[in-house]
Amino acid sequence: MSACHDSVRRDHAQSAVVHVHRGGPLVALVGNPNCGKTALFNVLTGSRQKVANYAGVTVERKEGRYLTAAGKALRVLDLPGTYSLNPRSPDEQVTVDVLMGRARGEKRPDRVVCVVDATNLRRNLRLVLAVKRLGLPCVVALNMTDLAARRGIHVDVDKLSLELGVPVVKTVAVRKDGATALRTLLDAPAEAWRGDAVHTPAPETDAPAVTVEADHDTVQRILVSLGLDVHAPHTLSDRIDRVVLHPVIGMVLLMVVLFLMFQAVFGWAEAPMGWIESATTWVADGVTAALPNGWMRSLLVDGVIAGAGVVLVFLPQILILFFFILILEESGYLPRAAFMLDRLMGSVGLSGRSFIPLLSSFACAIPGIMAARTIASPRDRLVTIMIAPLMTCSARLPVYALLIGAFIPKRDVAGVFELQGLVLFGLYVAGVISAMGIAWLAKRLTTRGLPRPLMMELPTYHWPTPRNIAIGLWQRASIFLKRVGGIILALTVVMWFLASFPAPPAGATGPAIEYSLAGTLGRGLATIFEPIGFNWQISVALVPGMAAREVAVSALGTVYALSASGDDTAQALTPLIAHSWSLATALSLLTWFVFAPQCLSTLATVKRETGGWKMPLVMAGYLFGLAWLACFIVYHLAVAAGWG
Amino acid sequence: MFTLDRSDDFQLCRIERIHTPEHAPEWHDWLQELGFIPGEKVMLMARARPGGDPLVVRVGSSTFALRCAEAACIEVTLLDNATGAA
Ligand SMILES: Nc1nc2c(ncn2[C@@H]2O[C@H](COP(=O)(O)OP(=O)(O)OP(=O)(O)O)[C@@H](O)[C@H]2O)c(=O)[nH]1
Ligand SMILES: [Mg+2]
Repeated sequence: MSACHDSVRRDHAQSAVVHVHRGGPLVALVGNPNCGKTALFNVLTGSRQKVANYAGVTVERKEGRYLTAAGKALRVLDLPGTYSLNPRSPDEQVTVDVLMGRARGEKRPDRVVCVVDATNLRRNLRLVLAVKRLGLPCVVALNMTDLAARRGIHVDVDKLSLELGVPVVKTVAVRKDGATALRTLLDAPAEAWRGDAVHTPAPETDAPAVTVEADHDTVQRILVSLGLDVHAPHTLSDRIDRVVLHPVIGMVLLMVVLFLMFQAVFGWAEAPMGWIESATTWVADGVTAALPNGWMRSLLVDGVIAGAGVVLVFLPQILILFFFILILEESGYLPRAAFMLDRLMGSVGLSGRSFIPLLSSFACAIPGIMAARTIASPRDRLVTIMIAPLMTCSARLPVYALLIGAFIPKRDVAGVFELQGLVLFGLYVAGVISAMGIAWLAKRLTTRGLPRPLMMELPTYHWPTPRNIAIGLWQRASIFLKRVGGIILALTVVMWFLASFPAPPAGATGPAIEYSLAGTLGRGLATIFEPIGFNWQISVALVPGMAAREVAVSALGTVYALSASGDDTAQALTPLIAHSWSLATALSLLTWFVFAPQCLSTLATVKRETGGWKMPLVMAGYLFGLAWLACFIVYHLAVAAGWG
Repeated sequence: MFTLDRSDDFQLCRIERIHTPEHAPEWHDWLQELGFIPGEKVMLMARARPGGDPLVVRVGSSTFALRCAEAACIEVTLLDNATGAA
């Protein structure tokens, strides 16, 4: 247990290494979780870091640059939120390390902006007192003043500043002009920031000499003097919670939300996918007509367009999935869902705390694994990291969608559901169930039956602003397009080369690809994969899929485009596999991607987060074994059912 | 005096003391840092069903989900819901 914790500590110090800029004073944003530090960071630096309405969104330090009106260049550091300077989880440790000047590759900040949620001064101000004691020049950014005003909380900043002994300014981090007063302060010399203690060395120990209770009394006194000693709970949030947290209605709501999400991914995406498809065909036809027959045309049409095109088609589905995720994140619903599912997760030895990291893994396992830093229990954190890849990441969506589109007929089930959406939902559920199985096994092997901490904040609900959702979607789209234009395209081209060279010997009869490197490699791999129903084309497509899973699809596009005799281009991948693979093979391949044990960047992240090669190797091993075994069972059951 | 996990829903209480559980001594500080400090007013807002664990607890103007075992570290006395007096 302690060894594990040590490795966790050592490791995130390494992982958090930020590129060190030479000049410029360093300004750190510090505050309770969910008070709007990242929103403020984004407004100041023009960055687009993730902002969402729950505690623990930021888990590593992020740096940005800010040029003040007077032309002073500052380095601004966004940090994970923390309730105190006595860290309870690896993400809080990151913040405390920075404040103490212990962070690797980063100096101690020259100044600190204490971000404070104006709707919750009582809790937030205690941290300000603790930070002030560190001796760093600091100012207070009184954030969320728009929400506070709406709830009748009006703070006299001059008086608060007098009481705290540091400058205080109001901010509204979600408005473009919401940080004007803070910008002015950033231009002021450090002495104005209670500059008497600029060169105080970092304290030797972070043990708080002053008790929480003493700070609480101080805050209480300040609040009384400001006339703010009344609680103003958000009654609308309370009313929503009566429905959302209701044992029956709340559970039904959770199911409906999740289910709608998957139905929408198929239901809404059809038309835009059609447009993208026709556009790719149009481009491919144009290139075919414009270029003479030869290797250049083949590279462009069979490699680039066929490969990237088949992946690009899935952009609408990915955006729909993220649309739902973004709304859930922004509204404040996620911690509630975690609360509802805590008991269920407890039955497999986890807690509701693992819910958000696991949910994030549906986007991509990497942020999910990073988000596990918010879990205080080292054991729970490790188990969460290990099962995160079983949550179906969005990179697998193209693979699922391709196979479902090719093999599952489009029809309604029971009048309301759509069969393809149901199957997709089933695949996601299969991932979740196997993750629970693994967690349960881990529980049988390790747990000592002690209650694990929950202590999870339920933030007040916010309306998701259309602007934030639009920005979020735009970011996802650009990440996806960069992937398509970058790694996916590069691998696709590599794949085309492997599949085209060496050229077949004179007098060869079969398609050229069978004589190429890819053909040889595929036939070698097929010895491992034949028992689970994969032909050599599939086997070879799995290899570049290790670097980016979508490439499995584009590689199939390329392989089949080159296998095809004559001129029919690759846009017809779906009907092609539909008639050349058996249903048993398709089901087996779908099963393979439920476990999809071969994402290299996930393994690298696991190595970084656990501080060694052991866990990534265990992960790769168990996922591969599980995938092969499950495919074997599925394939042979399907063959026995007559679908071979 | 009783512990918070035994409170009725929507009953206003005042925190008297935070226990330090033997199996998790760090919980004492962690709870205090969240705002569960003697003298503060708390209210149980909801319980997960079935099982009644975890709980939703209001302290100050924040809301937290706490496990029963965590709420059991918080010793409280009854306050009058209408007047806020003991
Ligand atoms: N209305 C309003 N909402 C805000 C303001 N500042 C932040 N928010 C919202 O508050 C939520 C939390 O903001 P973040 O910037 O993610 O908070 P954070 O402090 O970085 O949170 P952690 O990284 O989890 O510590 C988001 O939903 C923001 O849109 C504000 O001034 N006014
Ligand atoms: Mg943040």
